[in-house]
Amino acid sequence: MQDLKLKANENRGLHQLEAGFDLLGWDEVTQGSVLPSFEGDATGIAGLKAEERDYSHHNSYTATVASWRVKKPVFNIDVCIDCQNCWVWCPDSSILSRDKQMLGIDYDHCKGCEVCVEVCPTNPKSLLMFSEQEDLETALSQWPEKKKKEKK
Amino acid sequence: MAITSIKNLKEFSTNNDRFEGAHTLCPGCAHSMIVRELMNCTDDNLVISANTGCLEVSTAVYPFTSWDTSWIHIGFENAATAVTGSEVMHKVRKKKGTLKDNDAPVKFVAFGGDGSTFDIGFQWLSGAMERGHDFTYICLDNENYANTGGQRSSATPIGATTSTAQAGTHSYGKKEKKKDIVSIMAAHGSPYVAQLSPNKWKMMAKGFQKALETEGPCFINTVSPCCTEWKFDPKDTIAITDLATDSLIFPMYEIIDGHELNILYRPKNILKVEDYLGAQGRYKHLFKPEYKHIIEKIQSDIDADWARLQRREEARV
Ligand SMILES: Cc1ncc(C[n+]2csc(CCOP(=O)(O)OP(=O)(O)O)c2C)c(N)n1
Ligand code: SF4
Ligand code: SF4
Ligand code: SF4
Ligand SMILES: [Mg+2]
Repeated sequence: MQDLKLKANENRGLHQLEAGFDLLGWDEVTQGSVLPSFEGDATGIAGLKAEERDYSHHNSYTATVASWRVKKPVFNIDVCIDCQNCWVWCPDSSILSRDKQMLGIDYDHCKGCEVCVEVCPTNPKSLLMFSEQEDLETALSQWPEKKKKEKK
Repeated sequence: MAITSIKNLKEFSTNNDRFEGAHTLCPGCAHSMIVRELMNCTDDNLVISANTGCLEVSTAVYPFTSWDTSWIHIGFENAATAVTGSEVMHKVRKKKGTLKDNDAPVKFVAFGGDGSTFDIGFQWLSGAMERGHDFTYICLDNENYANTGGQRSSATPIGATTSTAQAGTHSYGKKEKKKDIVSIMAAHGSPYVAQLSPNKWKMMAKGFQKALETEGPCFINTVSPCCTEWKFDPKDTIAITDLATDSLIFPMYEIIDGHELNILYRPKNILKVEDYLGAQGRYKHLFKPEYKHIIEKIQSDIDADWARLQRREEARV
């Protein structure tokens, strides 16, 4: 479950956003250009999950901003209560929730802002920031214990 | 129309995002939180336009787009114009029966920053409201021209430092009060106008759905903390909105048909505005002894505005 990766198409994560692809010069961009977000018909897109969609290579979903991150959030599914706070406030559509369950983080789009960690209500938190190089197992082995409430 | 369930977050989270990642907004930017929430409030087709600003330039980095709906890239002041033009075209084509699917429900939405909404696109927004189109305009109010380096706008509050109203030896930052855009929009006779904040996700979703469902021109001002120009740690975006709504510097309320004012959120513990100001670098200078009176002024303005809102709620005029 933890390594879940919802690959929507083969292009996913292929492009460095900064580099783009087939980049045109400023004077080569056609006026009134149209960028299709999907291959073919886009009817009923709201009813399709990301992995069911046929994204075009113009859709930023196929790009990555992973290189922006200095630290990454790590998800500990054993503590999570599926409240979906992280889902509603993630500014980068990077919380992978399916059927009311939080399943993991989309590391191609996460910028490491730490908002999800801040809004996670569990004790200990179900999301914590680790160095980008840390592997999942090591991160999970360092998970803190439940914090006792401080007496006032 | 098909609005989605906002009964609780679990149900809300079953929506499939139509606003995609790998846009280039700063980490922790509230603009995308607000846009994602709007788009998850309905299953209907959406036609969206955006005024130039952080949202527009960061979600359409050629040759990419982060929008899974029809989306129009237009000039700084023209989002309201472009989307209401589309709305008219849709109406006419529907009447003629020349649409691909004549019965598919469509909603028209325009996004603008405070610079484009309060200042530079104000005339175009006013025109679209007056013409009475069926659309929803959402202002992402980060109280400055963020995309061009943080200049002052008429949404910038007193005492905030910006690149064109800088705090220094002889200045405490901006001297003028923030423009009351919500009242101005209500005065257009709009059927639904509101001020909302992303920390209260359900209240915000409810307001968005009301606006989408209401026929006619609706306007919503949303507080959108900008970590870069307000100078706070990106992880604190939601904490800042908590301070904003609970100190009442950003009260949440709606105005129906220009006169029925309902306060949507009454904080149990009203915080001192100092807590909100102290959490942001743009107000740091106000904590010098010589500017103590500015903080006092901000607080007394908030108290007066809150009393006025309550009187308007009661009077319903
Ligand atoms: C007519 C015109 N004037 C100025 C600009 C330059 N400009 C582009 S974005 C921007 C600032 C946008 O500020 P705001 O509307 O508050 O949106 P934000 O970036 O803060 O979200 C400005 C001044 C422009 N594109 N067009
Ligand atoms: S760190 Fe920020 S971008 Fe990454 S998943 Fe958390 S909230 Fe989303
Ligand atoms: S905020 Fe924390 S507890 Fe809630 S769904 Fe996300 S990870 Fe799980
Ligand atoms: S400058 Fe502010 S509004 Fe613009 S993308 Fe960054 S955080 Fe968002
Ligand atoms: Mg702005």
